Amino acid sequence: FFSLLLFMLSHSWLRRWSRFRTCRAFLRALTTESEALHSKVVADVGAKAWNLHFKEGQVFTDDLAFANGVEDGATPLFRILDIEGNVVNPACMPDLSRDQCRKLMEGMVRSNMMDIVLYDAQRQGRVSFHLTQFGEEGVITGTAAALNFTDMVYAQYREAGVLLYRDYPIKDMLAQCMGTVKDKGKARQMPIHYGSPEYHFQTVSSPLATQLPQAAGAGYAFRLEGQDRIVCCFFGEGAASEGDTHAGMNFASTLGCQTLFVCRNNGFAISTPATEQYKGDGIYGRGLGYGMRCLRVDGNDIMACYVAVQKARALILQHKAPVLIEAMTYRGGHHSTSDDSTRYRSKGEMDFWLQNLSPIRRFAKFCERNGYWDKEDSERCRQETRAQIITALEDAEAQPKWPVDSLFDDVYEQMPYHLQKQKAELLEHTKHFGSEYPSLGPSAEQ
Amino acid sequence: RSRLFLRSSRRRNCTTLALFFFAPQHPPSSLMMKSLVRAVAQARPSPFGPARAGARRTQSAVHQTPEPVDESIRHLNGVHTNFLGAINSALDNAMARDPKVCIFGEDVAFGGVFRATSLLLEKYGKDRCFNTPLAEQGIAGFAIGMAAMGWKPVAEIQFADYIFPAFDQIVNEASKYRFRSGGQFNCGGMVIRSPCGAVGHGGLYHSQSVESYFAHVPGIVTVMPSSPADAKGLLLACIESPDPCVFFEPKALYRVAQEDVNPDYYTLPLGKGRIVTEGSDVTLVGWGGQVHVMAKACERAKQQLGISCELIDLRTIVPWDQDLVEASVRKTGRLIVSHEENVTGGFGAEICSAVAESCFLHLQAPPKRVCGYDTPFPLIHEKYYLPSEPKVFEAIRDAVNY
Repeated sequence: FFSLLLFMLSHSWLRRWSRFRTCRAFLRALTTESEALHSKVVADVGAKAWNLHFKEGQVFTDDLAFANGVEDGATPLFRILDIEGNVVNPACMPDLSRDQCRKLMEGMVRSNMMDIVLYDAQRQGRVSFHLTQFGEEGVITGTAAALNFTDMVYAQYREAGVLLYRDYPIKDMLAQCMGTVKDKGKARQMPIHYGSPEYHFQTVSSPLATQLPQAAGAGYAFRLEGQDRIVCCFFGEGAASEGDTHAGMNFASTLGCQTLFVCRNNGFAISTPATEQYKGDGIYGRGLGYGMRCLRVDGNDIMACYVAVQKARALILQHKAPVLIEAMTYRGGHHSTSDDSTRYRSKGEMDFWLQNLSPIRRFAKFCERNGYWDKEDSERCRQETRAQIITALEDAEAQPKWPVDSLFDDVYEQMPYHLQKQKAELLEHTKHFGSEYPSLGPSAEQ
Repeated sequence: RSRLFLRSSRRRNCTTLALFFFAPQHPPSSLMMKSLVRAVAQARPSPFGPARAGARRTQSAVHQTPEPVDESIRHLNGVHTNFLGAINSALDNAMARDPKVCIFGEDVAFGGVFRATSLLLEKYGKDRCFNTPLAEQGIAGFAIGMAAMGWKPVAEIQFADYIFPAFDQIVNEASKYRFRSGGQFNCGGMVIRSPCGAVGHGGLYHSQSVESYFAHVPGIVTVMPSSPADAKGLLLACIESPDPCVFFEPKALYRVAQEDVNPDYYTLPLGKGRIVTEGSDVTLVGWGGQVHVMAKACERAKQQLGISCELIDLRTIVPWDQDLVEASVRKTGRLIVSHEENVTGGFGAEICSAVAESCFLHLQAPPKRVCGYDTPFPLIHEKYYLPSEPKVFEAIRDAVNY
């Protein structure tokens, strides 16, 4: 036993043990070194091949943890005013004069009044279609106010307030809705599909989200031209499900476009609630994935919308990169005059939003408290707008429609021979059968 | 090559096609060469539309008032060039001439999977020749947006088979942009160019001809050239055109078709066809790669049966040169239209019915279509699927014997 003990404590065993320990330490050192090298190589590949920059963070993780955009909780809404119009965020309060605040109020009230009158006009059969902005006046007018007049707007269709804020003539809007000869769009599109180069407002088209990649292209052109202008592109949370939204935001981000994406998340796409539209952290969460600066804002707080867009505009021009703003609102009206939204949501729910969370009411309280605006101003603004729209409506009803031969113009820049032939055929046909077609008004019938 | 494979995961086959089957050492088909050289030699000046070197066009490129044109401008100071070289030369000329011409699409920055955009990045910078993310609807929409701001984007869709994701942007947006705004806005500066047609082994998604989908869309100009000199002149006309254009390039011709091409800036009139060979017995109408197949069939009909065929290269699908085709049919009394696309709803139907309507009393045989079958484009049966030379020859024989 003693001899065995002696043997075990003998020099050779100790040496072996110590060599073993050295070897382990060496191996550990070796492993650490190669791991560091490995991490560095992967980080380099990450930057070059994958366009991923790990920065200070770790390159690898030992946690088998799947991320979840729902359980982590939603990103909060940026706001300045509370629902009673009190400034709860004075640090971000913009330095707006009395007149500027009045202009914001007027913008929202006029937009609201126009919707009321045109909605009724549609119900009376005087215009064929209308789409209101009830509940979303804050984000629309606030964005319009923070943009420069020459910033190009790509709208979806629920943004007529931008044109009103830019003092687009109401008679021109009515000419479009009624399809008269005064409509510069030549009465080819449905009502509310406005457009005007002078007011830097691209003509609205019905297919949803097609404007997003276009806005990216326009923003790219602005960057190459070195312009101090941005493109502002509106869309709803429903349109955000279209492939074009993905393409537009990804292109804008990778190609460096001077484009601002403003998503009006109003909870509904016609009857489809947002719960059936997406699962993650709204549209905001996607913007992050595209590598854009993103902000979620209280869309019923016009101050917050104004400040957000103003800041976004500066960031876009500074970094030559797009920005996404998700404005949380609530669609206060039906989707359109062809929709009765009480079939899929309660009237009480709509009324609650409109009465308690209305962007107009909230900002009016703020303005009244500061002596910028009072109830009489609201009433006067409403009556004036109403009178202007009724006059424009009556004028438009007295106007002739575009003559029938204009149907063939603008398909191409110049009319190709086959369209010339078809136009001649139609004009010849109406010579004989003209009485069987509707009248287009006095000047059109020659 | 390995770098290429890494970069184009989804389009690996395309890169393979481009690098292995269109490699410069790939010998051109002598038959195709002969027919092409002959076709060019016999081409007579078209009586329609102007073709001016270096002249800014004031008129719409779509509708030209007839004026004498000397299309020999295509070959002036000619440099022997293949189809790809002519496309590259057109893009180079356009970018040098107008700082608002931009080239973009998938993989165009390194020269393109077919090398059509070689050296443009080096010459004009990464802002004007750049890669986009892999999304066709984005490419088309981006082009519309740039064009609406007054730029002249030339967007590439890597294969015509993949233009369908952009169909909505082209059909609902680009084509209607001017009309729906009452002429207040337009995206006429844009051109979409895309390789199309059979290539021997392209299967379903590297072979399609899709021109008739676009022929049904008012507001866009659809063009498909058949020779290098035509390709250059027509592409430059598309870039200059105030209307959005879709420009299809038969990829089988990329390295096979070669001729002398004017190295300077010149345009050819859009909407004007070209008589490739004059004849008196049968009128044949085709476009793109099919023109060469038909030229061979015409030659065989002449050799074996003594039939004189008049072959017309339509060049522009919409608006098509109806006057030229009708004048020819009035002379010959017989019409054969041939295209690679499947027969039902193909553009041949439009030509045949238009001619039946306008030349009814001149027809001595029913207008005939020789086209692809109404199947998806096959792989191993490609030779059987295509409207081959014997099929066209048979149709010529039957038309004369009717």
